Amino acid sequence: MVKDLSVSLSGLSLKNPVIPASGTFGFGVELSGSFDLNVLGGISLKGTTQEPRFGNPTPRIAECESGMINSVGLQNPGIEALVHEKVPALRKCYGGIVIANISGFSVEEYKTCCLLADRCEGIDLIEVNVSCPNVHNGGMAFGTDPASAAAVTRAVREVCRKPVFIKLSPNVTDIVSIARACEDAGADGLTLVNTFLGMRIDINRRKPVLANKMGGFSGRAVFPLALRMVWQVARSCRIPVMGCGGVASAEQVIEMMMAGATAVQVGAENLRNPFACPEIISSLPSVMDRLGIHSLKEIIGTV
Amino acid sequence: MEKSRFTIVSNRTVATQTHKLVLAAGDPDLLVGGEFVHLLIDGFYLRRPLSLCDREPGRITLLYKTVGEGTKALASLPEGTSLDVLTGLGKGFDPDACRESALLVAGGLGAAPLYLLCKELKAQGKQVIAVLGFNKADEIVLEDEFRALCDHVSIATLDGSAGTRGFVTDALAALQPSWDYFYTCGPAVMMKAVCQALDGPGEASLEERMGCGAGFCYCCTCETVSGAKRVCQDGPVFKKEELLW
Repeated sequence: MVKDLSVSLSGLSLKNPVIPASGTFGFGVELSGSFDLNVLGGISLKGTTQEPRFGNPTPRIAECESGMINSVGLQNPGIEALVHEKVPALRKCYGGIVIANISGFSVEEYKTCCLLADRCEGIDLIEVNVSCPNVHNGGMAFGTDPASAAAVTRAVREVCRKPVFIKLSPNVTDIVSIARACEDAGADGLTLVNTFLGMRIDINRRKPVLANKMGGFSGRAVFPLALRMVWQVARSCRIPVMGCGGVASAEQVIEMMMAGATAVQVGAENLRNPFACPEIISSLPSVMDRLGIHSLKEIIGTV
Repeated sequence: MEKSRFTIVSNRTVATQTHKLVLAAGDPDLLVGGEFVHLLIDGFYLRRPLSLCDREPGRITLLYKTVGEGTKALASLPEGTSLDVLTGLGKGFDPDACRESALLVAGGLGAAPLYLLCKELKAQGKQVIAVLGFNKADEIVLEDEFRALCDHVSIATLDGSAGTRGFVTDALAALQPSWDYFYTCGPAVMMKAVCQALDGPGEASLEERMGCGAGFCYCCTCETVSGAKRVCQDGPVFKKEELLW
């Protein structure tokens, strides 16, 4: 029997729920020569700020058991280049859902960037990153306090016509209270989770492996942590959730959806296997068949 | 970029802490010296990038140092093991940039990608002088292979156990070679010294801790005269004038 992989996210129709997560898929065009991007449910673009950023010094990446730590530090060409160059370039080879991921160092910056992203024809949804662990005086600071997260949400919601999702940090005591604050402030949905703040030390050199000392831990190891947060938030909020964290297989996509995710982002796995998303998508129908699932929509939040 | 499964034909020690890995590679999407492959090793999360040292029909050769846990695990893999490999990565050396006479300057395993380049330069009928630097004699690799192809080969070792005692720059000063284009690969500090010592055009192959290896994770960024570049995708080979050396 033909399987229905499609999902509906804030009025947008996705052919399947699988979306490469922000920061693990560049601006999409980098992968356009390797496989047909149109198989994807959507693409979340690399985090973008108002001004261009070089990012952190190297090394920016460290190997871990079943995962990795990165401290890229929001290297990006700035919002003007995103809307005038990166998105139009992607649109030449990709017709699916495009998610702009926006970061900032002040509420004003979030607002300015989101407004430009909102007015960009090639962008369908805006994901507001209040959870980057790799930049100082911003990023994660907005996402670790309900009032700050709500303030950013409210400011952005005011200037956007497109769906606004807030990407939450797992580095908090109570993610549900922050999720609820975003929902109350007008968020259309939530993406969770961003990376877990982590660190490695090179015991030969007696120094941190990363030039920035700390970074964001992601990869297969974080899947159960992310899943738990998705489950907690999805049952406490009415707005849709994009689940993200350690997903590496079609089975885990289904697990995330049963926990309450409407769409599922694949992150670090893309760095191990640049073909992870198309491989997961192509194996979804057989896994659904084995589990007796006809349509993915019917399993969302069923656990 | 392509993902393939290659089988280990041989995987053995060729010098101190140095392994030579030969893979049966079908018809891989590989082009020139300076490009690299990205290997997945069982039990390790991130891939390991290794420069292409040689290619023949149906097989590729890679050299690697067994310095970390990942490369030690790789060194333990027997013949017949199947490896998950990404190919078609990186911008390699440009053999056409040299008119008639090339100078190759290698530090340690930097000799590996320069060997494939050397083959290409000789196939184009160009003169090639190679200056290869190592810490000590038992770390020397590819000397016979370079001697079989090159018009001249100089060896330098830091401890003087083979060739000129000192750095490659000492061997260069002693040799006073004539060339119209140089190519270098090795530790960054060595390549910087080479670029400063050589008065003429050339290119260098950079190294940086990589994530994806294919230009989309932005982990291996370096600063150049024209701004931030990705070592894996915009390089690893950069023209001397692009580098901030």
